[in-house]
Amino acid sequence: MEIVVCLKQVPDTETQIKIAASGKAIETGDIKWVMNPYDEFGVEEALQLKTKFGGSVTVVSVGPDRAVESLRTALAMGADKAVHVTADSAELDSLATASLLAAAIKDLPHDVIFCGQRAIDLDQAQVGAALAEKLGIPHVALVTKLEVAEDASKAKANRPVEGQTNVIEASLPALFTAQKGLNEPRYASLPGIMKAKRKPMDKKDAAALGVDVTSTREILALTPPPSRPPGKIIGGETAEEKAVELVRLLHEEAKVV
Amino acid sequence: MAQEIWFVAEQRDGVLRKVSFEAASAARRLADESGASTAGILLGVGVAGEADKLGAYGADKVFVCEDEAVKNYATDAYTAVIAGLVQEHQPAMLLMSASVDGKDLASRLAARLGVGLAMDCVEYRLTDDKKLAAKRPIYAGKAMMDMVPLGTPQMATSRPNVLGLIQPDESKKPEVVTVPFAVDAAELKTKVVDVLKDTSGKIELTEADIIVSGGRGMKGPENYNILEEMAEVLGAAVGASRSAVDAGWRPHTDQVGQTGKVVSPNMYIACGISGAIQHLAGMSSSKVIVAVNKDEEAPIFQKADYGIVADLFEAVPVMTREFKKVLQS
Repeated sequence: MEIVVCLKQVPDTETQIKIAASGKAIETGDIKWVMNPYDEFGVEEALQLKTKFGGSVTVVSVGPDRAVESLRTALAMGADKAVHVTADSAELDSLATASLLAAAIKDLPHDVIFCGQRAIDLDQAQVGAALAEKLGIPHVALVTKLEVAEDASKAKANRPVEGQTNVIEASLPALFTAQKGLNEPRYASLPGIMKAKRKPMDKKDAAALGVDVTSTREILALTPPPSRPPGKIIGGETAEEKAVELVRLLHEEAKVV
Repeated sequence: MAQEIWFVAEQRDGVLRKVSFEAASAARRLADESGASTAGILLGVGVAGEADKLGAYGADKVFVCEDEAVKNYATDAYTAVIAGLVQEHQPAMLLMSASVDGKDLASRLAARLGVGLAMDCVEYRLTDDKKLAAKRPIYAGKAMMDMVPLGTPQMATSRPNVLGLIQPDESKKPEVVTVPFAVDAAELKTKVVDVLKDTSGKIELTEADIIVSGGRGMKGPENYNILEEMAEVLGAAVGASRSAVDAGWRPHTDQVGQTGKVVSPNMYIACGISGAIQHLAGMSSSKVIVAVNKDEEAPIFQKADYGIVADLFEAVPVMTREFKKVLQS
């Protein structure tokens, strides 16, 4: 089975986000970069499919030079080869990213493609579906369980929606976006890290792929989050007193109960 | 030709979900400001009767498409029908909810149409030249992106329970336009083969008006019963922080936060939750935030509208008792 996993390098979730002087981007000086956590589920699921069905796992990323580190992490986990589409990814919107990924992937054999359900930097959840659209294949988003049929012609994916989980059957090739709960990603072992250094890392310049990357979004500004007016710490001698006063305020002042 | 602002309605088992009225309301507000008209898209089986409800929330017109293939949400069928309608009529904007299915549909549709999409927005407004501009949280809510989705239609999805409903007017009836289902079966490459309903009777977190949530301070799974008692009195859902879920005390489906669910209830009561930024990412859209924590330095107090520094094991039962009194009076 030929499996492709798309991954993105993003700021670690502990990162302090500072808005750059331009007001339209963030400062990237102090950032610790990691593989998007949802992409890790994709890499792990791909490796498990390879164990079951044989074949190979190719990881692909669109990003600047530093994205190589995340691709190497995936290789160290067990992926067989990497494709790095070099681009200033901060400039690219979701459709452009998907177009570049499609250009890199379309000539690779692909039975199953994994993306993370969203990237935790821009929180958009758009690239996976857009990539599937550009490749002309079906997709199922937010997958928490995947069962590929023995003959690899189709797969059943569990997709939780409000109040229920839908089990969706898709004909292969198909793209799945990975949600937390799909699996427990393995850590890269030391031998894995050593082997990764010798695995193929194919570099493609985004500009050379001949893809239209015209943006479909205009960023007016990045701003700090809206501030809430300062809250009340309710005084009192005992927990009982405080709790009684709290409920009174919620009822009479906030009117939420 | 007058501008049209469209929205997509969402139904489950033939009944419109509240997010449909949110989308209709958002379209109506923008249309009133720009002098446009609005239209909703309603797909399902036996749903034509629901169109009037969309009219009450401001839809001038509702396109209704009924077929077994669209009885329930299915990416391929819904994308094909809606893309066809959009390509035929060229509305200026296409809005929907950032519900689970809404985000799926929007992301595929935007790629099909090649247009810009603003996802999970908390604010819509019009620019000086009557284009849609939208604000959305990024970096787990540590910043906001103010953006204009480009192309026609401009697409956007709104975070559930944030933008609010307009006052419904039952006397307003929409023009109903029946749309035949004309999608080639070969285009439908996914199908729902089973539905695993959540039979626990629990209120879905993303739809709850009130959420009572517990974190590491709960000290163990057996203690959540005090939160469940409070939730029962309030008609609330019970949530959990990542610490509690990682410790195995509560299921992942109860997790609120950056890697869990994003919720926007009227009231969020955080008990024994320190307020890490990753948790805040999931509940910062709550209208009223209440914090109960014995650590006065806990970051949650920076975000709470009301806080009590107290042992939750003492405070929570008292709150439950007082809520009961208030609700019974």
